[in-house]
Amino acid sequence: MAKEMLKGNNAIAEAAVRAGLEAYFGYPITPQTELLEYLSKRLVELNRVFLQAESEVAAINMVYGAACAGARVMTSSSSPGISLMQEGLSYIAGSELPVVIVDIMRGGPGLGNILPSQGDYFQVTRSAGHGDFHPIVLAPSSVQEAIDFTILAFELAEKYRHMVLLAADGQIGQMMEPAELPPMRPLMEKRPDWALTGAGDRPPNIISSIFLVAEEMENYNKMIQNKLKVIRANEQRWDEIYTEDIDLLVVGYGTAGRIALTAVEEAREEGMKVGLLRPQTLYPFPDDRISELADYVDSVLVVEMNAGQMLDDVRLAVGGQVPVSFFGRMGGVVPMPDEIYNAIKEAYTKTTAHKAA
Amino acid sequence: MESTTSIIPPEGMQLVYERPKALVDVHTHYCPGCTHGVAHRLLAEAIDELGVREKTILVAPVGCSVFAYAYFNTDGCEAAHGRAPAMATGIKRIDPSRVVVTYQGDGDLAAIGTAEIIHAAARGECITTLFINNAIYGMTGGQMAPTTLLGQKTKSSPMGRDAKIAGLPIRMSEVLATLPGSAYIVRRSLHDVNNIRKAKKAIVTALKAQINGLGFSMVELLSSCPTNWGIPADKALEWVEENMVPYYPLGDYKVIEAVKSL
Ligand SMILES: Cc1ncc(C[n+]2csc(CCOP(=O)(O)OP(=O)(O)O)c2C)c(N)n1
Ligand code: SF4
Repeated sequence: MAKEMLKGNNAIAEAAVRAGLEAYFGYPITPQTELLEYLSKRLVELNRVFLQAESEVAAINMVYGAACAGARVMTSSSSPGISLMQEGLSYIAGSELPVVIVDIMRGGPGLGNILPSQGDYFQVTRSAGHGDFHPIVLAPSSVQEAIDFTILAFELAEKYRHMVLLAADGQIGQMMEPAELPPMRPLMEKRPDWALTGAGDRPPNIISSIFLVAEEMENYNKMIQNKLKVIRANEQRWDEIYTEDIDLLVVGYGTAGRIALTAVEEAREEGMKVGLLRPQTLYPFPDDRISELADYVDSVLVVEMNAGQMLDDVRLAVGGQVPVSFFGRMGGVVPMPDEIYNAIKEAYTKTTAHKAA
Repeated sequence: MESTTSIIPPEGMQLVYERPKALVDVHTHYCPGCTHGVAHRLLAEAIDELGVREKTILVAPVGCSVFAYAYFNTDGCEAAHGRAPAMATGIKRIDPSRVVVTYQGDGDLAAIGTAEIIHAAARGECITTLFINNAIYGMTGGQMAPTTLLGQKTKSSPMGRDAKIAGLPIRMSEVLATLPGSAYIVRRSLHDVNNIRKAKKAIVTALKAQINGLGFSMVELLSSCPTNWGIPADKALEWVEENMVPYYPLGDYKVIEAVKSL
């Protein structure tokens, strides 16, 4: 299929349809609304399920119900809406259901604004709901990646019976660029064995997250933790460029990672030995590779559109081997390549001066 | 899951009463004298009568009936507090040929889940709700519910519900009957045999309304909570009749023509 000019939100929606999305439940909120609007037409035309819910609370619980019924199902929202969905996300985690949630992140806290932000890194990777779990979190940095990760999201969700969050900042949702959509995949042919389809010729299927006995609840937790361990071992994804023979490693994801690449290329033209690692999965975080790189770089610079959240993960991966510095803009401000270039130059100068001394 | 009992009547005798097929043969955790058990039995009998056990999916609430799914011999799931109508919507939309039932208490349906029940009814969602109105929060130990009567003492209205502080009790059947999407909204009571029979009939009609795709159906059941009301089970039934029925009049609040002709 040929490339065409696509807007991020529409591209994600169409990619989901082609991944075999059977049902969508959502509530309008900028900057993700085009996704809902697109599906309100497309899914209905295809005779699939679209419903605009009365709130994000209702939307995620409709998703919860549809997933119990065994459907390939999705919702989308933006930061304040994801906050409302957290109760449902926790129940979904407690019931091992494969669902996909798209979060087109905007500036906060509070009502904030509708501009691109990465202020919800902690929310999506650490605190998507009460209890001990992490969603799988995918962070695209282009419209093409948003498409590819939408397909991947459904594959991972079903492979692990686990929720997958596609976390993109508002810029990815709103911008248009050339990208290629995959061919249409068929709908799921058969409902999973555990789905609620009616206890006809089998004993009843029950989906619940209650375990009143502490040991049983702990065992369920152990099962989730074991699953997360497998996910951490197998699903770390990242992109890296110019990472051979460098002194400074820049780490950034999504739009920040993309702008950082421009700055890194500029710095290399100036003769600085610097490279970029761009995490594509925020959970599981690509800490194995970052830890490896920390063995031979002299310092690390983290770039984000927040006050420094992934910074914690990078520090954990680096494990104190080399200094880690940070550059970030907040509240919907997208950093300019020059600002990141200056941060690179500062970190680089410090590093090389330190080395010379 | 244990199967239902199968009683073999002694020779010369006829079996006239047994456990409904839609109920599992286990002890429930309900307090002695609690009407949750009666409501379960009525729902199970209705499911049996209509022959829809194999395609019924029960959505249990958060409240004393949190384990309702374990007592029915049907597929079932557990909703978050108040969200059963949204969850039921998701299930029903995926396969409209299923019979989807939510079972909800008054805290669940008339407080935390008000938005979900109103919008499910407004959309004319083809699901059936059993609304257990016992005028109290049973599971959390007897706090005030939105349906607690004026003057009624609870753990969080220890001097009796005061309208100046807590406002007036909400009548959900009357509220939901105003919505165009609702097809069948009635209030019944479980305080005596006569009323229990009427309740059963209403549950059958509500399920039929769903099966025929006529819209949202709900049966509100005035129920007792002897434990948290702090009175014996028999007195609790009298209390329903003497105090709840006058404020929550029994009757049909919405029966659309298509349901009347079922
Ligand atoms: C979000 C949330 N808030 C509060 C609770 C605690 N809680 C559990 S049951 C309940 C009230 C149940 O009362 P009702 O719906 O009237 O049912 P009953 O127990 O009387 O049958 C509350 C407040 C909860 N589980 N979840
Ligand atoms: S606390 Fe009340 S509502 Fe709950 S089981 Fe006991 S009597 Fe029934």
